[in-house]
Amino acid sequence: MTVDYLARRIGMFVAVVFVATSLNFFMPRFTGQDPIATRLELLAAEGVTTRAEDYAALIETYNAKFGLDKPLVIQYLNYLSSAVRFDFGESITKYPTRVGELINQAMPWSIGLLVTSTLLAFVVGTLGGAVLAWQHGPKAAFELILPPFFLLAAVPYYLLGLILIWLLAFQAKILPLGGGYAPTTLPDWSDLGFLWEVFKHSLLPALSIVLASIGFWALGMRSMMITMQGEDYMLQAEAKGLTKTRAFLRYAVRNAVLPQTTALALTLPHVVSGAILVERIFGYPGVGRVLYEAITGFDYFVIQGVVYIIVLAIAFAMLVIDVIYPLLDPRISYSSS
Amino acid sequence: MATTASTEPLTPSSSAASDTLNQAAGLWRYMKRNPSIIAGFVLLAVIILFWGFGTLMTAPEDAKDLAFAPPNKRPSFENPHPCYSSENPRELCFAYDNEERPHLLGTDRLGKDILASFSQGIPQTVMIGLIAGSLGTIVGTLLAFVAGYYGGILDAAIRFIVDTLQTIPGILILIIITIAWREVGGGEMTFIQLALIIAMLAWLGPTRVVRSQVLVMKQRSYVEMARLSGMNGPEVILKEMMPNLMPFIVANFVLAVSSAILASIGLEALGLGDFSSNTLGMMIYHNIWYGSLVNGWWWWWSPPIVVIVILFIGLFMLSRGMDEWANPRLRRRF
Repeated sequence: MTVDYLARRIGMFVAVVFVATSLNFFMPRFTGQDPIATRLELLAAEGVTTRAEDYAALIETYNAKFGLDKPLVIQYLNYLSSAVRFDFGESITKYPTRVGELINQAMPWSIGLLVTSTLLAFVVGTLGGAVLAWQHGPKAAFELILPPFFLLAAVPYYLLGLILIWLLAFQAKILPLGGGYAPTTLPDWSDLGFLWEVFKHSLLPALSIVLASIGFWALGMRSMMITMQGEDYMLQAEAKGLTKTRAFLRYAVRNAVLPQTTALALTLPHVVSGAILVERIFGYPGVGRVLYEAITGFDYFVIQGVVYIIVLAIAFAMLVIDVIYPLLDPRISYSSS
Repeated sequence: MATTASTEPLTPSSSAASDTLNQAAGLWRYMKRNPSIIAGFVLLAVIILFWGFGTLMTAPEDAKDLAFAPPNKRPSFENPHPCYSSENPRELCFAYDNEERPHLLGTDRLGKDILASFSQGIPQTVMIGLIAGSLGTIVGTLLAFVAGYYGGILDAAIRFIVDTLQTIPGILILIIITIAWREVGGGEMTFIQLALIIAMLAWLGPTRVVRSQVLVMKQRSYVEMARLSGMNGPEVILKEMMPNLMPFIVANFVLAVSSAILASIGLEALGLGDFSSNTLGMMIYHNIWYGSLVNGWWWWWSPPIVVIVILFIGLFMLSRGMDEWANPRLRRRF
């Protein structure tokens, strides 16, 4: 590994994060929406009435409070400094809750649900796809089981979610309709009964993600395995008299799993935001819902905070892959890129 | 493809006809070896037949909502659910009065005939996919050729923009742009505008994929040959590389249409669609909004889901089949 390559790659990382975070600052402002007016409308809807002469003063107070009265350049610089410090101040619509607090509350829900179900789908799908391409394995059984999953992979998560809600929650009444936990219970993470509640509530959204993505991983793995089987080293493994299982596991699967892992690393951060719709349909209290509420309420600081975390995660995952990949796969050299 | 033989001036017309026949037979023989393409076409044909059936059996005004209902059927403060009765199962409400046409799939809470909604909504959704998909493919392919063929600073710039934009989750950018656009239009947005918004990001994927193919193809001997024999850049791209990459680009176009439709349904389901349209995504939105699942109105929520699933699976099979056609190495063991 050359220092030059590493320096160039880290420079790229910084540049990507910088441009993406800048877009993140300017895009919500291009909407021309007034977050303060939105907040006041919300207050009005809650029954807080304001006299006309107070209204202007109120808007001024809020604008000063959130620094929205300053020139755009100053706001931008403030924003950059807050991004470096990981402190995005207070939410506008949920004042005085801090943005960090909102994200911290939602993150465990999202990571618990999405990462678990994505990993589960990845493992099952990759194994299934590998066996499907292996001529000496229990291929026939998998040829019956997997094709329906290929078709499910073409269906959006949330539609599958709707069908599952109807089947398992509405008709069979085995699982709850939505939410993170039953509205009648208090969140208490040391209580086993509460944990069971949380588990039951996460089953339906998790199931819709797993069912819809197994096929995606299986298809990727299968075509990768087919490419591997044409390689010379597979012929060599056979010529050396290795057992079929050993050639399959150590030669074909070992090589085919590399691009799969890359795809997984790139998918994981997207999962957080990609599940906006799943979280909305199931009323699940994760980051996707925080983001959706922030966007519809024009809560600049929350949007900035959430998007910044996601951008950082994706850019970092790409950096790690680019740096580690040549170590995992000697065929790829640092100089070629 | 089959008509090229008949436009050849030197070929006698009788053999032109048999040429066409031969080509058609060859195409058919190939299709038989590629069941994915057939399955894709069949599923899309099912959608077209369903649309045709709906168009024959209903009139456009059957898809009008309650705003067009006679005053006694319109919801008011005294009578919020004017046509809600348990007498007619599968008919929640109907805005437009007619005696001669039965509601084959029932009616919804908005006062629309469900079959009539489909005969309007299917072309609208397909239109969104075609507009965004073709704009994305055309712009993406152009950028990919410029970046891949010429390289240098242009390539670096295009790659940087694509990498950066792909780092931010696409649906998020689309949500923000859509909200901004609606604000500019005074809260109104047509489904064509939605398609244009989706097209703003639809070029990212094609640019990335086609560029890597261009890089590989640039090394081929026939491209070098063309360059050495004095062809300039645009000539090499148009005459040598484009025809060879066409199958690949077409296969990618199907994928682009499919992901544009996916994005549009996602935005619409979140409530960011064209409320005057009947697109498949708006049907999903209204179903979520009125809670048709928990109300047991299965005849309302199930048809859009079935149509969307058939549409996506059809496009998916088609793109897989075309991938195989574009990249014969995949054919071996399928």
